[in-house]
Amino acid sequence: MIRITRKVEFSAAHLYHNPNFSEEENRRIFGKCNNPHGHGHNYVLEVTIAGEPDPETGMVLDLKELKDILQREIVARMDHRHLNYEVPELAGKVPTCENIAAVIWQLLEPKITQGKLDRVRLYESPDLFADCTGEADGGRAEGAGTTRTTTSASAEPGAIH
Amino acid sequence: MKVALSRRYRFAASHRLHNPKLDAEENRRLYGKCNSPYGHGHNYVVEVTFTGPVEPATGMIANLGELDPFVEREIIEPFDHKYLNEEVAEFRNRVPTTENLAREIFRRLSVFRAAKLERVRIEETSKNSFEFRGD
Repeated sequence: MIRITRKVEFSAAHLYHNPNFSEEENRRIFGKCNNPHGHGHNYVLEVTIAGEPDPETGMVLDLKELKDILQREIVARMDHRHLNYEVPELAGKVPTCENIAAVIWQLLEPKITQGKLDRVRLYESPDLFADCTGEADGGRAEGAGTTRTTTSASAEPGAIH
Repeated sequence: MKVALSRRYRFAASHRLHNPKLDAEENRRLYGKCNSPYGHGHNYVVEVTFTGPVEPATGMIANLGELDPFVEREIIEPFDHKYLNEEVAEFRNRVPTTENLAREIFRRLSVFRAAKLERVRIEETSKNSFEFRGD
């Protein structure tokens, strides 16, 4: 098994806000990420494809093809956009690094026809990143209906995603 | 699908690799210049990875507003600008290699209640890294 990784960058704006929370709760849980006008990041996306190299071409998946898929599916959708308002796949979700990585996984998985999507790593900054992998962990991303109880009750001021 | 969140933190500290059960010559042979008597230091980078469900209401595995102060209290304050051999109790009787440091940091961070600690990876320099997954 060989894993190949391609990196792309995009810049986008977002803000964290849950309309089900009061203004005070939004500020307390999301801190300055709740600033109503939003803010932005230079996101770095690393996409890893796993597979056996084709005996004829020596490639798992032509990196040029992967580059085109990333451009079409991700960069065209997200680059220089406001993630809260301009990316329908994120509608109704808080556009955290975790949720954006999960959406990217969902967008890419059906498009990878040679090899298999192995990992999506999304850096929001050099010191913060989310990994999405195909492993089941009993709790999917957003909307899994999990019973984790660490929401507003345990969140403390100053989220700085 | 499994989602994990990783965060990188930094601290600077000194240490000396020395095992008092070995004689001076053996220590020098085993640890080389890391055995220099007055210690030396590194800019450590600690990369911590947490897993768990992404909470639908917040979109988060762990809120950095909670995680950052926790790591600051458990790791940065006790380790930053310290001599690990003398100032961190764990290393008074254990050689502060970065392998042992990774274990100690994992132990301290594994009590974080909001998400499950999956991995601690320490970059001692830009060329060396050490990873512990609790196993």
